[in-house]
Amino acid sequence: MLLSFLALTAIAITRMGDLFAVVMLSGIYSLLSASLFLDLDAVDVAFTEASVGAGISTLLFLATLKLVPRYEKKSRYKPALALGVVIVTGALLIYGTLDMPHFGDADAPVHQHVAPRYLNDSINEVGLPNVVTSVLASYRGYDTLGEVVVVFAAGIGVMSLLMVSQRTKARALTKVPADMQHQIILRIVAKMMLPLILIFALYVQFHGDYGPGGGFQAGVIFAAGIILYTMLFGLSLTQSVIKPVFVEMLTAFGVLLYSGVGIVCMILGGNYLDYDVLSHDPVHGQHLGILLIELGVGITVAAVMITLFFKFTWRTVKHKYNQ
Amino acid sequence: MDILLDILSWILLISGSFFTFTGAVGLFRFPDFFSRTHAASVTDTLGAGLILIGLMLQAGWGLVLAKLLLILVFSLLASTTACHAMAKAALKSGLKPLTYSDQENSAEETTSKH
Repeated sequence: MLLSFLALTAIAITRMGDLFAVVMLSGIYSLLSASLFLDLDAVDVAFTEASVGAGISTLLFLATLKLVPRYEKKSRYKPALALGVVIVTGALLIYGTLDMPHFGDADAPVHQHVAPRYLNDSINEVGLPNVVTSVLASYRGYDTLGEVVVVFAAGIGVMSLLMVSQRTKARALTKVPADMQHQIILRIVAKMMLPLILIFALYVQFHGDYGPGGGFQAGVIFAAGIILYTMLFGLSLTQSVIKPVFVEMLTAFGVLLYSGVGIVCMILGGNYLDYDVLSHDPVHGQHLGILLIELGVGITVAAVMITLFFKFTWRTVKHKYNQ
Repeated sequence: MDILLDILSWILLISGSFFTFTGAVGLFRFPDFFSRTHAASVTDTLGAGLILIGLMLQAGWGLVLAKLLLILVFSLLASTTACHAMAKAALKSGLKPLTYSDQENSAEETTSKH
């Protein structure tokens, strides 16, 4: 049922020329796949998909749409060759799945290799009730470090693409807040929700060891709170709370914190990102290490998202007022 | 007592589902944007609200009840505000609500064409 919804949404996205509707549909697509993950008992993945895919990326797409025309250009060529390639590749992939073990097969390599070890030993080695967090942050610490670096690199890339002058930034401070001045209901409700959103983000951040959650989701929720505030109360008020330069530094600080924990581990005589040596007790050390690197993840993700939004806002101001 | 709670919660669940269904029908059948927004927001408030209250009666005292209550409060706050913002944005960007006289006019136009 959900899969067929997914397929329908995907087809609708490809057929539509109105980019606004496409953005909304892709949000729906993410929400659907989040429900699908939830159905497969992958709560952490569902949480990430819902907060990142349906939440913040829709928002960033909308911010991009302010900079580009709303309708897709009519393409003049008929991509018959591309369709053929896609069909052949898809057929080959489906042919490949025939060799794979059946769904839920106990003898499948996935269930034989490292999964039993994670499930059986992680409670003694890492001591976290949420195995996903132990795998993500401890056993697979390198992968997660790579992901954070990717987020950081993407942030840097967009930042350098959307450079604006100091003059535009100064203009943004004076001109932007006017738009939402009359949305009294929105502003009041946002004021009521905002502290709760931020507290929830912190809860997700620090409760990730015990339930679904962690740095990625928490960072995104935190950023969404700040972005909501910026949209309703204007850039100048937000900037009096958080300096953009400070946020830009935070993007690097999160990655530094993560890799710094690894280096501290090396100095204390362990392997890179081997948290056992961080404290007198290995399990304690694991807890400390995971807490710190999750914090690093959260800081980088939140800072990158907020910076991207600032950049988009400045760029919009430039388009509107700097002619 | 249990039976009473069960009956009450089932009444709430079924009426909630009814409102959700009418909301979906209204979304497709109503003539203009604003009445459709109205139908959609009924799904969020009455529909989801009644279903959540029905579930709360089933949950009994405990953490689940508290969580359901929080969901109810937040969805009431957020979805109504979102609907308000949407309708206001539409009005501001120049979409006029369909009125009775509009319908009369369009009916006359169609009859005069024939």
